[in-house]
Amino acid sequence: MSTHRKKTPIDWQPFILEIAKLVSTDSLLTTPEALAPYECDGLSVYKQQPAMVVLPNTLEEAQAVLKHCHNKQVPVVARGAGTGLSGGAMPLENAVVLSLAKFNNVLNIDASNRTAVVQPGVRNLAISEAVKHLNFYYAPDPSSQIACTIGGNVAENSGGVHCLKYGLTVHNVMGIKFLNMQGELIELGGNVLDSPGYDLLALMHGSEGLLGIIVEVTVKLLPKPELAQVVLAAFDDVEKAGQAVADIIAAGIVPAGLEMMDRLAIKAAEAFAKAGYPAAEAILLCEVDGTEAGVHDHIQSVEKVMQAAGATEIRTSQNEAERLQFWAGRKAAFPAVGRLAPDYYCMDGTIPKAALPSVLKKIAQWSAEYQLPVANVFHAGDGNMHPLILYDANKPGELEQTEAFGKKILALCVEVGGSITGEHGVGVEKLDSMCVQFKQHELEQFFAVKHAFDPDKLLNPGKAIPTLHRCAELGRMHVHDGQLPHPELERF
Amino acid sequence: MSDLSNGLQQTVQAAYQSKTPLNIIGGNSKSWYGRTAVGSPLHVSDHSGIIHYQPSELMITARAGTPLTEIADTLDEHRQRLPFDPPHFGEHATIGGTVACNFSGPRRPYAGSCRDFMLGCRIINGKGEVMRFGGEVMKNVAGFDVTRLMAGSLGTLGLLLDISLKVLPHRLAEQTLTLDADFPAAIEIMNQWAATPLPVTAMAADGKRIYFRICGTPSAVEKSRQQINGDLFEDGWSFWKALREHTLAYFDDPRPLWRFSVPQAAAHIQTEAIDEQDWFIGWGGAQRWLRSDLPFDAIQKLAHNAGGTASLFRDKNSDKNRNENSDGSSHGNQEGEVFAPLAPALMQLHRRVKHAFDPANILNPGRMYREL
Repeated sequence: MSTHRKKTPIDWQPFILEIAKLVSTDSLLTTPEALAPYECDGLSVYKQQPAMVVLPNTLEEAQAVLKHCHNKQVPVVARGAGTGLSGGAMPLENAVVLSLAKFNNVLNIDASNRTAVVQPGVRNLAISEAVKHLNFYYAPDPSSQIACTIGGNVAENSGGVHCLKYGLTVHNVMGIKFLNMQGELIELGGNVLDSPGYDLLALMHGSEGLLGIIVEVTVKLLPKPELAQVVLAAFDDVEKAGQAVADIIAAGIVPAGLEMMDRLAIKAAEAFAKAGYPAAEAILLCEVDGTEAGVHDHIQSVEKVMQAAGATEIRTSQNEAERLQFWAGRKAAFPAVGRLAPDYYCMDGTIPKAALPSVLKKIAQWSAEYQLPVANVFHAGDGNMHPLILYDANKPGELEQTEAFGKKILALCVEVGGSITGEHGVGVEKLDSMCVQFKQHELEQFFAVKHAFDPDKLLNPGKAIPTLHRCAELGRMHVHDGQLPHPELERF
Repeated sequence: MSDLSNGLQQTVQAAYQSKTPLNIIGGNSKSWYGRTAVGSPLHVSDHSGIIHYQPSELMITARAGTPLTEIADTLDEHRQRLPFDPPHFGEHATIGGTVACNFSGPRRPYAGSCRDFMLGCRIINGKGEVMRFGGEVMKNVAGFDVTRLMAGSLGTLGLLLDISLKVLPHRLAEQTLTLDADFPAAIEIMNQWAATPLPVTAMAADGKRIYFRICGTPSAVEKSRQQINGDLFEDGWSFWKALREHTLAYFDDPRPLWRFSVPQAAAHIQTEAIDEQDWFIGWGGAQRWLRSDLPFDAIQKLAHNAGGTASLFRDKNSDKNRNENSDGSSHGNQEGEVFAPLAPALMQLHRRVKHAFDPANILNPGRMYREL
C-alpha cells in the first residue's frame, strides 16, 4: 500500500475562483475571520485553519464541488456540526472543508411506516422534536444531541446513553444517499428493513467521511414508551457497583440505560448540577422503560438486585421531574469535570464489563504516577468507559503527558479484550492506538475498502486508519512485553 | 469441536495461487439459497465449537461451523437467546451459514436482524489472510465495520472463522393472540399496533387472521392482551416456529417462493395474476411471501411498485427449471439472477468491494450476483 504520494501544493487563488462559479456567493468562506470557527471540531487540541469552506445549498452544488475537486485532485473534509471528539472533521491543510450545514431540512415524515427522511445537517434532537406530535422519537441520544447532526452521527456511528436497549446509529438508520468523490449519487437501503446486495449501509456507519459524503438519511422512529423510571443506587465500593451491573443483566433485565460514575465524577457533577447525588465511591443510574406494568415489575427487580449487591442507598424516581433530576448530574458530568481543572481529556475505550474493577484500579495507579487526576464516567451496560483526565495545557509538557497516559489506557482496553473507541471515532486522535488494535493485514484490508470507494484517496485522507509507516514508526517507541508490534515491517 | 483455522487458511491460500473457485459449505442446510454454487467444495462445518460465552457480558463467540442448536441450547441454560430468532432450515444449520445469509426470524422488526447483533468476526479473505474485525464488546467504532458487511454477503467476501454476537435474556412471559382480518385490513391493523408502545415481538397475517405475539413480564403481557382484545391462540409457540422454519402448510407448495421486502405499511399487492391465498405476510408487513410462477421481471415490477424489492427465496424445482430454461434468463431459478438488480453505480461499487476482499474471485463466485 503506497502511503506517500507526491503532491503538488494547491494554488488556492484560482481554485477558489473556480469553486465560486459553482456555488452561490453566500456558500463560500475564505477570509481568516470566517474560517476561524472551522479550524477544529470538538477536540480542540488539534487545530488547522482550512484554506476554504464550502457550504453548498443544494445537492447539485455539492455534486459540482465534488466533481471539480476530483478533477483537480483536491481532498475534501466533510463536516456536520463539528461536535465530534476525535478530530474527524478537523480541516487538512491541503483540503476543502465541505460543510453540510445548509442541508438542514426534514424532507418527509412517514407516520404509517414510522420513518423520517432527513438531510444530513438536521440536528439529532430536531428529529425527535419533529415527530413529537405523533408520539414517536429517534432513539440514539449522544450527549451532544442538541447540536450534533444526523450526518455526523452516521459518519461516527454515534451511541448514547440508551444504546444498550435501542442500539447505535447503525441500528436506527434504514437508508442513506451519499455522493462519491465524482459527485455520483448512490442510494443504500431505504424505507425497508433490508435491501439486496452487500450491507454497504453498515459499512458507511462509522466510516468518518472516508467513503462518501452523506446527503440524505432515512431513520427509524420508535413509539415513545409509556413510562420510564430510574433507580439511583450508591455504593461504597466500585467493585460492588460492577457486580450489581452484572446481576441486573443476569436477572434478565435489559435496562434502557445503565450508567456508572466514580467518586470524583459524582463530586464534580453534584457541585455543578445539584442533582442531589449522595457522596459515594460509585453510583449507578439504571433506567427501565416500556409499558407501565412492565416498568413496575422491572423496577422492583432492579431495587432488589441493588440491595443484594450491597447498595448503601437506593432511590427510585417517582415522577418525570425526578427522573430528569437524577439524570441531570450524569448529563452534566463532562462540563462539571471541566470545572475541576483548566482542561480535561475525554477517553472513549470499551471493555468487557467484568474487566471494570481491574481496569479502574490500573487507571488509578497510573493517575498517581502521572500526577493527573481522573474522573470516570461509564456507560456500564455496554462497557463503554469515559475516563476524563484532568490537566493544564498551559503547563509545558502536560498535554503530551496526558496523551501518553490516554494511549496507555486505550492499549489496556485492547489488552482486556475491548476496543480503543466505543463511540467517538478514531479521527486524528487515535491513529496511533489503531496500530495497537489492528495488524498489518487488517489495516491493509481497510485501505482496500477505502480504495473501493475512493481510489484517489481524496475523502478525508489521513484520518481514521493509520498508515503502515506510522505504525512501524510507533512500534519503535512502544515495546510491549519485549514484543515489537509489527515485526514484519521495515523500520525507518 | 476443533479449530481448523490453519488448514482452512492453507486451502484458501492455495486456491488464491491457483485461482481455483471455492464453494464454501457449512451445514449444507441452505444450499438452495442464492444462485447456484460453483467451485470446488470447501467443507467448514468441522471448524466448530463455542469459544467464549459470558452470560453477564451478553455475548457469545463461536466458530462458524457451530450448529445453531448447540448455540441455542447453551444460551438456554442461562436463560438467554439469539435475539434475532434465526431460522434453521435443517438440523445441521450453523451460525456461519446463518450470518452469511443474514437470516432472521419473526422477531426481526422488533428486535433487529442478524447483522444488528454482530459484534465481531475473524475471517479469511480471498488472499488467504486471517483477519479480525470488531470484537466482543457492544460498542466499537475502530476501523470500518467489516463485521456487519459480512452478514448477508453469502461467503463472497470472506470465509467466516469465528463470530461474536450480542445475546439477550429470554422474555419472562409470552402470548399469541389472533384477530380476524383480510390482508388489506391486517396491514393497517398491524401498523397501528406497531405505532404503540405495546411489547409486540411478532406479527403475521395469512389473509384470514392476524397473529400477534406479545412478550414481557406476566403483568405487562396480561395488560397488553386486554388492549389488543384478540383471541388467545393456544399453540403460539409452534405457530411461530413453523412460520420461521417454513413448515407451515402455506410453504408446502411446488412453486417458486418469492420474498418481498417492502415498507411495512405498503398497501397489499393485488393483481389478477396472483391468488390471494398465495400471499403470506410476516414481519408486521415488511416481509411478504409469494408462491408464484410469474417471471422474475414481473415479480420485480410488483415489488418496485410497492416501494421495495423481491428475491427468489427458494425454488424447489430449481433443477427442473435449469433443464427447461438453460439460459436462466427469464424464469426465477438459481441459474439466473435471484436477487433484485442493483443500480449501475451501486453494482460497480459492489464489484470494487468484492475485489477489495477477493481479488482473484475465488470465494463463492456468482453465488449472490452473476458478476460478484
